[in-house]
Amino acid sequence: MSFSIYDFTSLTQSVDQALKNSLSPTWALIIEMVIVGLIFLMFYALLGLFLVYAERKICAFIQNRLGPNRVGPLGLFQTIADLIKLLMKELIYIKQADKLLFNLAPFIVIIASFMAIAAIPFAKGLHAIDLNIGIFYIMAVSSLGVVGILLAGWSSNSKYSLIGAMRSGAQIISYELSVGLSLLSIVIFSGTMQISGIVESQADAWWIIKGHIPAIIAFLIFLIASTAETNRGPFDLAEAESELTAGFHTEYSGIKFAFFFLAEYMNMFIVAAIATTVFLGGWMPFHIPGLLSFNTVMDYIPPVVWFMGKTAFIIFIMMWFKWTFPRLRIDQLLKLEWKYLLPLNLINILVIAFVVLMGWYLH
Amino acid sequence: MEEVIKDIIIKENEDYIINMGPQHPSTHGVLRFEVCLVGETVKYLIPHCGYIHRGIEKMCEKDTYQQIIHLTDRMDYLSAHINNEAVCLCVENALQVQVPERVVYIRTILSELSRIASHQLWWAAFGMDMGALTTFFYGLRDREKILDIFEESFGSRLLHSFNTPGGLMHDIHPNFQNGIKEFIKYFRKKLPEYDQLLTNNVIFKERSIGLGVLSKEDAISFGITGPSGRASGFACDIRKRFPYSAYDKVQFNEILFNEGDTFHRYKARIEEMKESMNILEQLVDNIPAGDYTAKLKPIIKLPVGEYYQRVEAARGELGVYIISDGNKNPLRVKFRTPNFSNLFIMNKLAAGSKIADLVAISGSLDLVIPDIDR
Repeated sequence: MSFSIYDFTSLTQSVDQALKNSLSPTWALIIEMVIVGLIFLMFYALLGLFLVYAERKICAFIQNRLGPNRVGPLGLFQTIADLIKLLMKELIYIKQADKLLFNLAPFIVIIASFMAIAAIPFAKGLHAIDLNIGIFYIMAVSSLGVVGILLAGWSSNSKYSLIGAMRSGAQIISYELSVGLSLLSIVIFSGTMQISGIVESQADAWWIIKGHIPAIIAFLIFLIASTAETNRGPFDLAEAESELTAGFHTEYSGIKFAFFFLAEYMNMFIVAAIATTVFLGGWMPFHIPGLLSFNTVMDYIPPVVWFMGKTAFIIFIMMWFKWTFPRLRIDQLLKLEWKYLLPLNLINILVIAFVVLMGWYLH
Repeated sequence: MEEVIKDIIIKENEDYIINMGPQHPSTHGVLRFEVCLVGETVKYLIPHCGYIHRGIEKMCEKDTYQQIIHLTDRMDYLSAHINNEAVCLCVENALQVQVPERVVYIRTILSELSRIASHQLWWAAFGMDMGALTTFFYGLRDREKILDIFEESFGSRLLHSFNTPGGLMHDIHPNFQNGIKEFIKYFRKKLPEYDQLLTNNVIFKERSIGLGVLSKEDAISFGITGPSGRASGFACDIRKRFPYSAYDKVQFNEILFNEGDTFHRYKARIEEMKESMNILEQLVDNIPAGDYTAKLKPIIKLPVGEYYQRVEAARGELGVYIISDGNKNPLRVKFRTPNFSNLFIMNKLAAGSKIADLVAISGSLDLVIPDIDR
């Protein structure tokens, strides 16, 4: 294959082999974990800074503004300045708050998103873990975040926080179903739950093209449901600035607030990355069957660029949602899920099973 | 009698009370709603005002009539000119002064500009209440054009205190008419954007149609005036019913709807902006030449008696009631401000709906807190 120049498998395997040759297997594993963890931590921080900056710029363009443009070139260092500000701010402790849970909650939220990012393949051979039930793992892990949000709302000893947390609970648990079912539809197509397998199955064309109408429906449902699952506008009921001041993180300040803030952006990245991996071919380049020269040119664009480009596109769509739509009401939010998305999804899965059975898709 | 008893709120000890305000993003100022919740649903709601009470009415008693005007700016600060005009008209009526035609026309133009500016800001903030954050910048972008016109002519953007009993402080800027014509041309093009961004949005329609229905009877008995009242079919436009200034010389429609829900309160204001632009178009080219003020004595003393003047402010009927004992200060001044009446319908409209609806309803009534407290 022509994109083997961008294959990271040999690199990672040689590092693994070198470590195993010089150390006992246990120590090799521990050192590998530390290295991968550090790389992800760096990636996480950089991505968080970049996403905050991107959101500010995009929302500024939507709103006829310039956005940050004073600190550094094009305002690039604005988020860093804000981060330093958040780090230095006083942490306010609330009387009669449940101290342990109050302090634990931001970590649970951020750990959940940290765990989910581990299963995402950025290029061939460039992922931390490749479980044979990868999709299942991502769904299981990403839904842990709601525990953190509920704890934050409960332990804050504030009514606004509690209402926000309860809303968030109802919302995330509902929309989890749609997210799961729409991912399941591609699992039916590709016949595997392993994420690398799903990506490999899209080498000739992406599932959104191969699976035509049912795949597009599944993709749209995933886009809506995942926006809701990340608590972003128009589904930002858990925060609902104009109603609940700041929802579940009303009482948080300083770096703990920054954790929630960062986790929101990381969750956005994760769902965008999952959508990319499952529907838009992951790191696979765009191919048109038959056009050999075109396909070769596409192959020379590094897979990381493909992956990040597609993810950025979906993130842009999600930001576009947030800055143009009004917020839904809680009963409308639940109605949308239980009365429209879920039945549609269930029917869609039946249709997909039928399509796969009859072979009515590109393969 | 039964009707009355139904409106009385009975508090219980185990009620889940949550205070919205005095520092809360949705109240647009220092107003406090004591909200009792059952889950997400509002059981009852008690508005507490007074956090920004400055005693303007009492302060008026020691001020001369020229000074009073500057205090009224601080009531409904988003359409300050209309408050000024109300006091001026009241004093002029009391003195039986005939102000020059030029003044009458300019005042009417300024009223309509203030009304548009106020509605633009309301639209901006209402979108924020509904969770659409972009509306705020679109609304303020267009309002800026009006404030620029104000700044050019009066040197001040928001509280210009340009009126004085008998006329205006000074003459308008030569570019005044041109500026307005340009603004009308500009805003005619931009108003459809409001519809594209918010009015036609599915989520917005779902949330606002049929929400917080105010019946015509309630509108009358609670004294809900302005666009909020007219959305319920209560024909209360002072400009039409009791014309003042130049409103009897222009053709315009009174915007009336019968539905009385949040969406039509919204719609009434959008339509009113269009009507205001029609009025401006009719007036802007016809400003007569002449003095910008009538000759009055430097110290104004109103004859003994009671005087009342009502005008149509951006949010409803504004009444100015002056009792004079013949001195240079009024004996007693009372302002009938529209927001004070409009506020107390909140419990009736919001009880039984969700928290998000409460915010939407209070946004659709367009409350300005300094106008409530005075």
